[in-house]
Amino acid sequence: MSQTIAVIDYGMGNLRSVSKAVEQVADTDDNVLVTDDPRLILSADRVVFPGQGAARDCMDAISEHHLNRAVLDAAHSKPFLGICMGLQVLMETSEENGGTGLLGLIPGKVRRFPADMEIESQRLKIPQMGWNRVQQTRPHPLWEGIPDGSRFYFVHSYYIDPREGDLVAGTTDYGIPFTSVIARDNLFAAQFHPEKSAAAGLRLLRNFINWN
Amino acid sequence: MLAKRIIPCLDVDAGRVVKGVKFIDIRDAGDPVEVARRYNEEGADEITFLDITASSDNRETIVHVVEDVASEVFIPLTVGGGIRTTEDIRRMLNAGADKVAINTAAVFNPEFVREATERFGSQCIVVAIDAKQVSGEGEPLKWEIFTHGGRRPTGLDAVDWARRMVEYGAGEILLTSMDRDGTKIGFDLALTRAISEAVTVPVIASGGVGTLQHLVDGVAEGKADAVLAASIFHFAEYSIGEAKRYMADRGVEVRL
Repeated sequence: MSQTIAVIDYGMGNLRSVSKAVEQVADTDDNVLVTDDPRLILSADRVVFPGQGAARDCMDAISEHHLNRAVLDAAHSKPFLGICMGLQVLMETSEENGGTGLLGLIPGKVRRFPADMEIESQRLKIPQMGWNRVQQTRPHPLWEGIPDGSRFYFVHSYYIDPREGDLVAGTTDYGIPFTSVIARDNLFAAQFHPEKSAAAGLRLLRNFINWN
Repeated sequence: MLAKRIIPCLDVDAGRVVKGVKFIDIRDAGDPVEVARRYNEEGADEITFLDITASSDNRETIVHVVEDVASEVFIPLTVGGGIRTTEDIRRMLNAGADKVAINTAAVFNPEFVREATERFGSQCIVVAIDAKQVSGEGEPLKWEIFTHGGRRPTGLDAVDWARRMVEYGAGEILLTSMDRDGTKIGFDLALTRAISEAVTVPVIASGGVGTLQHLVDGVAEGKADAVLAASIFHFAEYSIGEAKRYMADRGVEVRL
């Protein structure tokens, strides 16, 4: 059966990559919509919530596009995939921009990587940019067919620190261990970019399209 | 842990890959989509396109190249060459590029880098640095920024310049040794290490790769976060898979 997948467009980030990757794995009669229209987001069968850039800019853009309600409703009611800032803004607050209030759907904070992390006497660069391993901390339909410890593409200087450990679905190590994936009911959100993570990323998107 | 990245670089002129890519079993070695697809299959961690189109009539072609590649190759794409305005950046990002590399325009107008990172975010702004050693024998090592393919000196110290670009928001540095570019005798490791240790953001080493050991050296001695190479991959001397296995065997963390 054909379905509609909405990619939320609030002017933050490279939505072409996201929508092209979703189209690549969707069925031919599926409809991939890039939209900022709350009605279309609420009527879609699935919602992808991407995002790039600074926390405050993202929050401002979400407000300007009148999307707060639609994002929260979708995150409660249908298969919902957060990507990168689309994960971070689900938390309560971020240390970025001198402290930024976020959507508050998931209890916990967004923190900056410490400036002085070292591994084998080499300083770790910030942002973390590149392919890192994700340890699957529990089974989930979106992990199907993806070997535990697979590498995904990350670009970020901040990481989430959720208060409830049972939401964690994946962890990654970059000087410190951090939560790279959370999942709760119909919601799955990842710090990495599945749309830029070659075969593993496309498999995850495919799993999302099939997730019920 | 985070893997060290291997990045093949393609020179594109008027929409065609030049400097002869010579895969044996590729239909059209001048087609950027086909070459990018091949590198993706081999396990490239990113792909960089350098637009060397001279004629302004053909400038638009790189946008279509990026669109076509981004529609079927799902790894990060960087575009450099001729990025001079925020409008240039916006067009590349909208076409599907993940990052743009700013080179000459940063030298002539450093504020452009600040403007670009404020508008689009540091994560997508790479500053490309072309450096040459200017210290003589027995003197402390010193490198200077050059423009126009290494012909024109700027008086800017390379290490100071890299630090300044990061202050202005650059999310990554693409460092090319103009002394080594095209020589196949290996990266300028002292330069790479000096820059990598001077900045907080990732550094991509470029210029001089001729063997797989050079890639290992760039990471192990040069402290680079990523290595960029063109000819050793284009001429199928080595596949990216071979390069990664060689690096992994020598203790470098790579994505296999």
